Amino acid sequence: MTAIQESDIVRLPRGVRLREDKQRGGWVLLAPERVFQLDDIAQTVVSEVDGERSVGTIIDRLCDTYQAPRERIAEDVTAMFAGLIEKRVLEIA
Amino acid sequence: MASSEVPQPPMGMLAELTHRCPLQCPYCSNPVALERRRQELDTATWQRVFAEASEMGVLQVHLSGGEPALRPDLPELVQACADAGLYSNLITAGVNIDRARLETLADAGLDHVQLSVQGATPEVTDHIANMAGAHARKRAFAAEVTALGLPLTLNAVIHRANLHQIDDFVELAIELGARRLEIAHAQYYGWALVNRAALMPSREQVMSALERVEAARERLQGRLVIDAVVPDYHARLPKPCMNGWGRQSLNVTPSGKVLPCHAAETIPHLEFWNVADHGLQEIWYDSPAFNAYRGTDWMPETCQSCERKEIDWGGCRCQALMLTGDAAQMDPVCEKSPYHDEVQTLAVLDAAGDADFTYRRFARMPEGA
Repeated sequence: MTAIQESDIVRLPRGVRLREDKQRGGWVLLAPERVFQLDDIAQTVVSEVDGERSVGTIIDRLCDTYQAPRERIAEDVTAMFAGLIEKRVLEIA
Repeated sequence: MASSEVPQPPMGMLAELTHRCPLQCPYCSNPVALERRRQELDTATWQRVFAEASEMGVLQVHLSGGEPALRPDLPELVQACADAGLYSNLITAGVNIDRARLETLADAGLDHVQLSVQGATPEVTDHIANMAGAHARKRAFAAEVTALGLPLTLNAVIHRANLHQIDDFVELAIELGARRLEIAHAQYYGWALVNRAALMPSREQVMSALERVEAARERLQGRLVIDAVVPDYHARLPKPCMNGWGRQSLNVTPSGKVLPCHAAETIPHLEFWNVADHGLQEIWYDSPAFNAYRGTDWMPETCQSCERKEIDWGGCRCQALMLTGDAAQMDPVCEKSPYHDEVQTLAVLDAAGDADFTYRRFARMPEGA
């Protein structure tokens, strides 16, 4: 697993795009020869990635949105980001 | 299909812009009867097709061929994909795109480049592609792609003449800065079928190749994504060909015929519609060819009662026809097929053979054609 620090800034690499999938509903991450269909939570988290916010900032913002314990959100977000980094659809800036 | 189900819209479209190509790879997936330049769709028709594709739910377009860069209007076609919100993937041999042209394509909105490599060394690439200097040109092209910041995938079709280079392909991918590597064992349709006796590896070679790919994948996790297309003649279970007939993707030929897969024309009784006569959406939902083997209703009893019927979708229709004479048979690769042993024997015999390549070429024009 890739170790992620809260100070890391994450971004979508070139060739990876987040867009709405109007025909099927929901949002998708389009990547080289792959399509990742995102559930509502994944979409909310990935939408926070703007290439400027740090992982810690993203976690803080999601805490406000979900009104959930920070520890829990931090765990989920870093696990999701680590998975996306392994698939090379997210990178540390 | 189960009659209550409405088919889902396709996610991906393979656009064969031309069948012309400077390479002559003996495993090419194009049909043996290649379509000619004068039959090719014009720019405006492709632009309309891309707009229709996006409208109906296609997300990714694979601009392929032949060599798509032989079309002078390639930048306009990439632009049309971008305008329609489609993710564009250029599938190229990388021997005829210079820096300036690549910049034009990138500026037009190209999302990704998939570069074919026939071998990991000049000798092997140039021999398999039957083009002197091809390997050097590919390396130079890959460097331009990554210099522009475009994501790069290397695609290596694997067979008996390059299977010993698996580790070298992995190294080449890392060296050239590819984000992704496809190790795709040859699938025996089109030209690969003609050359099966020159390409088929032995079962032992296949197993060792799979092991090396698996080891590389673990070693390079997070650095290089490795996708493998496994060889099926030696297998126990069929591949989920196209993830199901008319289920996720479609293929448009240079002349505008719309096919459920690139080999579908080998099934002679199917009626294919052309984008010149019908809208893409109408073709996807209503054309006889797309409905012929969609879903599970067409399946023979052995498939109907199999717990894998919605995993492998009965395997490959073209292969069923080719090896059993009936496109509605279960894929003969499946161990439940009465033809399974025959296919395995075929693979063993071909692997032991010593055939030369028949290179991919246009047939000579008959008199008066």
